Amino acid sequence: MSFWEYANPKKFIDTTAPAVPWVMGLALACLAVGLVWGFFFTPDDFRQGSTVKIIYLHVPSAMMAINIWIMMLVTSLVWLVRRHHVSALAARAAAPVGMVMVLMALFTGAIWGQPMWGTWWAWDPRLTSFLILFLFYLGYIALWAAIDDPDTAADLTSVLCIVGSVFALLSRYAVLFWNQGLHQGATLSLDKEENIADVFWFPLLVCIAGFVLLFVALVLMRTGTEIRLRRMRALEARAERAAEARA
Amino acid sequence: MMPDLGKYAVEVGLAYAVSLVLLGGIIWLSVRRYRAVKAALERVERGQDGH
Repeated sequence: MSFWEYANPKKFIDTTAPAVPWVMGLALACLAVGLVWGFFFTPDDFRQGSTVKIIYLHVPSAMMAINIWIMMLVTSLVWLVRRHHVSALAARAAAPVGMVMVLMALFTGAIWGQPMWGTWWAWDPRLTSFLILFLFYLGYIALWAAIDDPDTAADLTSVLCIVGSVFALLSRYAVLFWNQGLHQGATLSLDKEENIADVFWFPLLVCIAGFVLLFVALVLMRTGTEIRLRRMRALEARAERAAEARA
Repeated sequence: MMPDLGKYAVEVGLAYAVSLVLLGGIIWLSVRRYRAVKAALERVERGQDGH
């Protein structure tokens, strides 16, 4: 069996539809456990006070905002190279979820920044690249909606996705090579010395798992919706042509 | 039960409230559209079978 069999729309729906409720249930369970653990059962930070509890929303949403765009880049490249419609529709299905994630990251970041930095917003490299990524999400969604021909829309949005990937990567690495902003370095690191304390780290990991699973559930469900929508339009167009032929 | 959020209670509360609304919103919209499109496609397929 080949991975590319899932590029068949019927095979994709038959395989993913039964899994979606389970993945969604697991995602909601992880989110509930992680957020309740983080909000109710972790201490305040000695410098940041209770605002450290925003980490359980801000870090996973920011991670997902970048990684969803990277997933869209991969599926867009698959569309451009192999012309599998499911991959183009998966990218389209993921975009609104990514936009919500980037909006959450920007909002929670601003709320966190006000008491810690003394300002809601600064034209810091990471913040600015995130704002540009948000605009790319908006543009991507608008471009899909603006073009009637689905293949042309998939082509143009794929090109936009490739261009926007520069900002997705920039927002990930800006703090490393542009060391003049307010935003601190990476919160999570494989280096134990640089990582946050375990008391914050474990509930954060559960929250990250919840966000990843939620994205998987949503993108499978939304891709299934896009596939069905396209089939419905094809059937309606065929019925119209048949009616015209009879008239 | 409610933790003492001190002087940052508004900021932390607002961050959680808005985030949960955003997450709930995208889940609700996705499920609603999924069900609507699925039902509409079934109607169209039944209509085509009837002809």
